Amino acid sequence: MHELGIVFYIIRDVKKAAEENDVKKVSGVVMNIGEVSGIVPEYLQDCWRWAADKEELLKGAELKFNILPAVSWCDDCKSEYETVRYGRTCPHCGSGNTWLLRGNEVEIKEIEVPDN
Amino acid sequence: MDPVRIIEIKKSVFESNEKDADNLRKELKDRGVFLLNLMSSPGSGKTTTLIRTINLLKEKVRIAVMEADIDSDVDAVKIKEATGIPSIQLHTGGMCHLDAEMTRQGLDALDLGEVDLAILENVGNLVCPAEFDTGSVKNAMILSVPEGDDKPLKYPLMFSICDVVLINKTDVLPYFDFDIEKCRENIRMRNPSAKVIPVCARTGEGIDVFAQWLLEQVNAWKQ
Repeated sequence: MHELGIVFYIIRDVKKAAEENDVKKVSGVVMNIGEVSGIVPEYLQDCWRWAADKEELLKGAELKFNILPAVSWCDDCKSEYETVRYGRTCPHCGSGNTWLLRGNEVEIKEIEVPDN
Repeated sequence: MDPVRIIEIKKSVFESNEKDADNLRKELKDRGVFLLNLMSSPGSGKTTTLIRTINLLKEKVRIAVMEADIDSDVDAVKIKEATGIPSIQLHTGGMCHLDAEMTRQGLDALDLGEVDLAILENVGNLVCPAEFDTGSVKNAMILSVPEGDDKPLKYPLMFSICDVVLINKTDVLPYFDFDIEKCRENIRMRNPSAKVIPVCARTGEGIDVFAQWLLEQVNAWKQ
C-alpha cells in the first residue's frame, strides 16, 4: 500500500498548485519516476484512479509517467555507469565503492489544465 | 485533442512531508523531547526489545510509547502491562507507514510536558517507513537473525537512514546461516556511520548497550 500513500501526497500537492494558479480542473498529472525509486507505476496508476476520481478537481485526470534512468558513480575510477544493468559493482574497474547518483526520483513534473 | 495548458511543478512528493518533519523536530527540540523512530520487519522483536529497554531506562528518563499498526491494540496493551509507562496505539488506517503529520497527532495525544523520551514503534515494514521522515531525532531498526544477513543489500534505503541497527535473536545464531561479520560489512557498505549492536531481547543480552546509547542521545538532545 506504499503507492496509495504516495498518491495522497500527489493529490495534496496538485490541489495546492491548482489553488495557487486559480485552476478549477486538471486533466493530467505528469510524474518523474526514477528507475530505482521503488515505485511500481501500474500500482500507482490503480491507486490514482481510485483516489483521484473522488476529487472534483481531478475526476478523470490522467496520471502519466516519465521514467528516468538510474545512474551510479564509482568512487574508485571516478566514472558513471547504468545502475539497473550492473548493480553495485562498477563495470569499469570492478569496485563495490559505488553510489547512486540519480534514479530514485518521485516528483510531480507538471500538471495539465484544459485550456478554455 | 483539446488544447491543454501546462503548469510546471517539479517538486518531490516527499518534500512537504520533509518540511513537516523538520518543523516537528524543531518543536521537539524546544520542548526538550527526544523522539526515537523504531523500525523493522513484522516479527523481528520490536515490542519485546522495547519492553527490555524501557525497564532499564524508566527510572532515569520519563518515557512514553506510540505503537503504530494497521489495526489492533495488542502492542500498546503489552507495553503498558510490562513496563507501566504511558503507551498509546495509533492506527494507520491501512497505510504501511507513518508520516510526520500522523506522528504529530500521536504526540498531541501524549502529555509531552511529562516526557523526555518518546518512542515511536513504526509499522512492521522495511520499505515505506524509510521513505517518510516522521520528525524523529534518531532512527533505529531491528534486523533479526532468521531474516538473514543479506537484508541490508535488499533494503538499502532502510539501512542507510538508520543511526543504529540492532541484530536481534542472537540466541538462535547456531541454527541459522547468519554471519554477523558479513552483516556488519553489508550495513557498513550502505551506511558507514550506523552503530551495530547484537542483542537478544529474550535473554536481555546486549540490551544494556542499546539502552546506554539511547540515554546518551536523549541527554545530548536535551542540552
